[in-house]
Amino acid sequence: MSTVVGEMDQHDHHHAPSGISRWLFTTNHKDIGSMYLWFSFIMFLVGGSMAMVIRAELFQPGLQLVDPHFFNQMTTVHGLIMVFGAVMPAFTGLANWMIPMMIGAPDMALPRMNNWSFWILPFAFAILLASLFMEGGGPAFGWTFYAPLSTTYSSDSTALFVFSVHIMGISSIMGAINVIVTIMNMRAPGMSYMKMPLFVWTWFITAFLLIAVMPVLAGAVTMVLTDKYFGTSFFDAAGGGDPVMFQHIFWFFGHPEVYIMILPSFGIISAIIPAFSRKRLFGYASMVYATAAIAGLSFLVWAHHMFTTGMPVFAELFFMYCTMLISIPTGVKVFNWVATMWRGAMTFETPMLFALAFVILFTIGGFSGLMLAITPIDFQYHDTYFVVAHFHYVLVSGAIFSIMAAAYYWLPKWTGHMYDEKLGKLHFWASLISVNVLFFPMHFAGLAGMPRRIPDYSLAFADINQIVSIGGFAFGLSQLIFLWVVIKCVKGGEKAPAKPWEGAEGLEWTVPSPAPYHTFDTPPEVK
Amino acid sequence: MSIKLITALMAMAPMAAQASSQYNLTQGVTDISQRVFDLHMTIFYICCAIGLIVFGAMFWAVIHHRKSKGSKPASFHENVKVEILWTVIPFVILIGMAIPATSTLIAMEDTSEADVTVLVTGSQWKWHYKYLESDVEYFSLLATQREQIENKLEKGENYLLEVDRPLVIPTGKKVRFLITSDDVIHSWWVPDFAVKKDANPGFINEAWTQVNEPGIYRGQCAELCGKDHGYMPVVVIAKSPADYESWLAEQEEIQRQAKAEEQRLLAMSMEMDELMELGERVYIGSCAACHQANGEGIPGVFPGLKGSAMVTSDMDAHIDIVVNGKSGTAMQAFGNQLSLKELAAVITYERNAWGNNTGETVQAADVNAFMNQ
Ligand code: HEM
Ligand SMILES: [Cu+2]
Repeated sequence: MSTVVGEMDQHDHHHAPSGISRWLFTTNHKDIGSMYLWFSFIMFLVGGSMAMVIRAELFQPGLQLVDPHFFNQMTTVHGLIMVFGAVMPAFTGLANWMIPMMIGAPDMALPRMNNWSFWILPFAFAILLASLFMEGGGPAFGWTFYAPLSTTYSSDSTALFVFSVHIMGISSIMGAINVIVTIMNMRAPGMSYMKMPLFVWTWFITAFLLIAVMPVLAGAVTMVLTDKYFGTSFFDAAGGGDPVMFQHIFWFFGHPEVYIMILPSFGIISAIIPAFSRKRLFGYASMVYATAAIAGLSFLVWAHHMFTTGMPVFAELFFMYCTMLISIPTGVKVFNWVATMWRGAMTFETPMLFALAFVILFTIGGFSGLMLAITPIDFQYHDTYFVVAHFHYVLVSGAIFSIMAAAYYWLPKWTGHMYDEKLGKLHFWASLISVNVLFFPMHFAGLAGMPRRIPDYSLAFADINQIVSIGGFAFGLSQLIFLWVVIKCVKGGEKAPAKPWEGAEGLEWTVPSPAPYHTFDTPPEVK
Repeated sequence: MSIKLITALMAMAPMAAQASSQYNLTQGVTDISQRVFDLHMTIFYICCAIGLIVFGAMFWAVIHHRKSKGSKPASFHENVKVEILWTVIPFVILIGMAIPATSTLIAMEDTSEADVTVLVTGSQWKWHYKYLESDVEYFSLLATQREQIENKLEKGENYLLEVDRPLVIPTGKKVRFLITSDDVIHSWWVPDFAVKKDANPGFINEAWTQVNEPGIYRGQCAELCGKDHGYMPVVVIAKSPADYESWLAEQEEIQRQAKAEEQRLLAMSMEMDELMELGERVYIGSCAACHQANGEGIPGVFPGLKGSAMVTSDMDAHIDIVVNGKSGTAMQAFGNQLSLKELAAVITYERNAWGNNTGETVQAADVNAFMNQ
């Protein structure tokens, strides 16, 4: 460690430019990581406020606040922002900050591209949000933009929607290339693949998924654009096309996409649980293989989103079996985490609390996923609130909880200060309770027959929706506690040592806190 | 505290699920829906059992293996036997699930040898039913009053789940549905039959049901289909075969008479007042969802009719777009949805409402002449 610090002193004369140009022109992975994280948090609040509009309208049956067309714009843009604006950039931010430090590299391999892949994002979302103010409103066809609702029957903001999705896709692909090149070329001597921390491994695999499927998404939006404006009929039967083909293309992107949003979480949880159990991760190798298996299988299950489209029985069976199979490697992960805790010496700081909640709530989402995989019963669940409950369990109490856990875990390293543990715990308990009040009853609404994406519902669902909305407002407000904790921690607080967590492992803890602007200019030796 | 909360939640889940179908899947009224329900409960209980074991082990560790209790970390970090075991056991459980799932699915997809066939066509935002073995066909629209949706009137018992003309099918017979769409994708869903099938424009899907008990069964469109997706319910009445037959005969008779009436009307002309009154009713029922009750449309999505050039001058173009629709847009062809009299009335209404005051009337005969050109 002392060598590392010595190295830093040498480079002290490299003063970063100050003011706005520091951020505009930076090629430093830590700066870019911070920008990604702040950006994703802002998007989380923007997307969240749309969710508040949705929940306010659904508080009671009848139309109160918004008209159905605007309601559809809210569900659509909420979904797009949360997926592409909140979850994915948060993971990219964590990758930027942590991957170089975890593998002992001085920076990302392609720093200028790194700058570019961040800075195009704000434009993409500015375009998407601005389209809400166009005549005819923003996109209103769901984040899944099924044709022909998104082609013949959409408003003219569709062109802007397509453009902004293209930019998001380019940004993701550049980010993914950077991650792959960095991991393949810049590991410190002795850091073999099977010694990499699981966060690095899971991101490595995620990056390949991104490169494989983002171009497919780009193809889908381009076909929507040409169908709408240039007279093609990819998705129009009248011209020889097929609207169901759109869904095949979309979900060939979409299913790997949902794993893109959860694999890095697996990596985070696999770092935090051992740290606070003071015990090595159980089954490291099987974790790596399980991640690869999930990624591979994720290309063979897309049509489980399309069981009601009228596929032949043979195809339905194939996709049902493959989807069921995914729960095996997923189960292996959960069992490994529990085995890691088993006979450890656990403490329960905020990162650990979020990680524990992740294990339980993500698993509940896995159970509902398994139920949805069973084709004959999916006919009943499909496009109801049961599906909404499923994917919010895996994405909010899964992906987002893991991001919160990661933030608490690495904040001392980023800021050099300990966060306020009391406030952190308050944030955790408020989030845990409200997230369940918000999403658990949705299972019942769906089973009882409430379709998703409706602004108004029959009286039988009134009670459930009221509870859900209250949970929603509480969850939304709870996230402001997080903002407060982070600001407080950035501004000051108890000084953090290089390694604030007793059981933590990894190169990032060998550099001082806050991590100096440049780390590992000479690579560390890994034994 | 957290542990109590979560165990309480877990204990509640199965209870709540069984308590009543208000919070669980319906058992429905067909053999298939019963099988689907049983499968749902089986998988649910298996998940609960696995959850109990996994979360149980985790909470055991959380309670007993904590540092504050003096627990010293063990050093094991892999065990091939255990790892194989917890890969193989889930696999066996999955096979146990796949077997009943496969047989149920195959039964559900067998649409052969149907007794009655109904063509179901979705369009923004209504269903159309056509009995292929007879001449009967009609549209089925939401019957809930606008005032209830806007909270000006108290909501009725079947709020949003009621239609003007439900689908009628016989009990004890295999009824096959051919499902398609005229515009975007819709999805025809009746939970009590465990039937949900997408209506894809340009393609025909098949589904079937055999209802055991007479009754009224309600469902909704399940695929986002635009602005009024939440307002296109499905209502099916199952009648005994005898009642069904007499209903069908009655419908055939009514439709025959309506056609005769249509011809008779061609010779008559209606007064402006009469046309406007009928026209307004038709407009609210068929046009206002898009063009809005005030005729102003939704800018950028649906064009306004108030002051529109076509509606205030070019009469032929106006009749044409109402009768034939405009391909590539949401404007449907109403020629086969409305009677000649209704078409004449609604066109007259549009040409004279909201200050359009052209003073012109359109008669059923005019529309008929246009259609026969
Ligand atoms: C055991 C693992 C899982 C299984 C078996 C599973 C299965 C399914 C199935 C069958 C559906 C389609 C339901 C329907 O529309 O009828 C679905 C929907 C969905 N799942 Fe999962 N899932 C799993 C894990 C995940 C994970 C890890 C994520 C993301 C982090 C995820 C995100 C989603 C999303 C976003 C949807 C809905 C997309 C939409 O229609 O808008 N799932 N899942
Ligand atoms: Cu999927």
